[in-house]
Amino acid sequence: MDRRIVFILVALAVIIPMLLSINLPVSVSEPTQKFYDYVESLPAGSTIMVAFDYGPSSLAELNPMAKALLKQCFDKDIRVIAITLVVDAPTLASALIQEVAAEKGAVDGEDYVFLGFRPGAVQVILGMGTDIASVYDTDYNGTAISEIPMMQDITNYDQIDLLVDFASSDTVESWIIYANVQYNQKIAAGVTGVIIAQMFPYLQTEQLVGLLSGILGAAEYENLVGAPDKGMQWINVESFVHLLIVGLVIIGNITYFIMRREE
Amino acid sequence: MDWNLIGIWVAAFLTLSIYSVLYRDNPFYRFAEHLFVGVSVGYGIVLSIYQGFIPFAWDPFVAAVTGESPTGFIKLIPIGIGLLFFARLSPRHTWLIRYPIAILIGFGAGIAIPNVLRANIFEQTRGTIAPFAEIAAGTLSGWGIFEAVLMVAGVICTLTYFFFAVEHRGPVKWLSKVGIAFLMIGFGSAFGNTVMGRVALLIQRVDFLLGDWLHIIQ
Repeated sequence: MDRRIVFILVALAVIIPMLLSINLPVSVSEPTQKFYDYVESLPAGSTIMVAFDYGPSSLAELNPMAKALLKQCFDKDIRVIAITLVVDAPTLASALIQEVAAEKGAVDGEDYVFLGFRPGAVQVILGMGTDIASVYDTDYNGTAISEIPMMQDITNYDQIDLLVDFASSDTVESWIIYANVQYNQKIAAGVTGVIIAQMFPYLQTEQLVGLLSGILGAAEYENLVGAPDKGMQWINVESFVHLLIVGLVIIGNITYFIMRREE
Repeated sequence: MDWNLIGIWVAAFLTLSIYSVLYRDNPFYRFAEHLFVGVSVGYGIVLSIYQGFIPFAWDPFVAAVTGESPTGFIKLIPIGIGLLFFARLSPRHTWLIRYPIAILIGFGAGIAIPNVLRANIFEQTRGTIAPFAEIAAGTLSGWGIFEAVLMVAGVICTLTYFFFAVEHRGPVKWLSKVGIAFLMIGFGSAFGNTVMGRVALLIQRVDFLLGDWLHIIQ
């Protein structure tokens, strides 16, 4: 069979449910529930550090979950310090934070701050364990960190209640190895489907307090936060494509065995 | 001029150009691919200069040289060591690159080895056997006991598959075969999640084309 037929079928499986706006129920998995419960348990005035460790190529899976978390934080008056260890992330991270902040009325420098990118992932993680200002002397806009109101009582990880890493690569392991092991920092993660399998061992040992898995995790989190958005829209479409792929795998296997028998 | 609208049309053109390779290779795809690589590299270099080189090397250097920061000279030491990487460009001075590499490897190994051992070996071992303490205390449910036993069986069988000091015959052979089954389940899970991720990328682009570009959906 011409593989372009498969491409057309996949395209139709995406376009048709999207046009029909079909809504399927979304249940919540245990790792997502743990993530949500931990954030919910934090009192107002707590501080979460969010690492936007992904570029545009992983935006589809990670932006919805980051958006849902930011909404939850701003609703609960949890302060957000955003950073990134990935060079092509600052622009999209900054745009996302400003979008949610504008929607929720959060104030830059008081409710959130975006510190931007610094090179040398391991050195950045270790440096912030001693003094965040030694790594980030200014925020993304160039404001001196000493002049940012919400940073006045924050020196290092001791004042960070939770670190959340949204990642498409091995940065979660770097955060665990250096921030969790070295400084006992609590960590949760939201990752792409590609790397989720290697994250589950850390969840089982409680080195991660919660874990969001790709677009499914985003949909689950939006459901918990009560802010349905792209995650819940796209997981419906995703379900139809998965059905198609399962069907194609079954047909492919049946065809393979029939052809082998004929030979 | 509405730059946002122009941006949407450019993004739509580039998206369709990239997907056109699914039909067959063509100049539109190659143009979009080269543009993506060029823009990514250029953006990365500029950002590294402005958020890495200037605040951590150039500004401290200027402050030290001009006397603005009397203690700034201490920062000239790491800057100087870092500059030794460029010794690679001169055949006569290539040997100087050994020093920054030695420092990087020494620092990396020293900081990584104890932390990696704790995060990936000690904690994982603890996590594997910890449920048995709950079994002994009688606090684990029937399903929890099954999961705990299954996990230990998976670890033992999979490690046996990678144990090459003895010939895989008899019980060792069967243990390693069960280990392969666990590995296959792991690969299947990873593949399924990868499919989910890749499809999500397609959905996001189709959402952009139908929504932001064509305004067919909200």
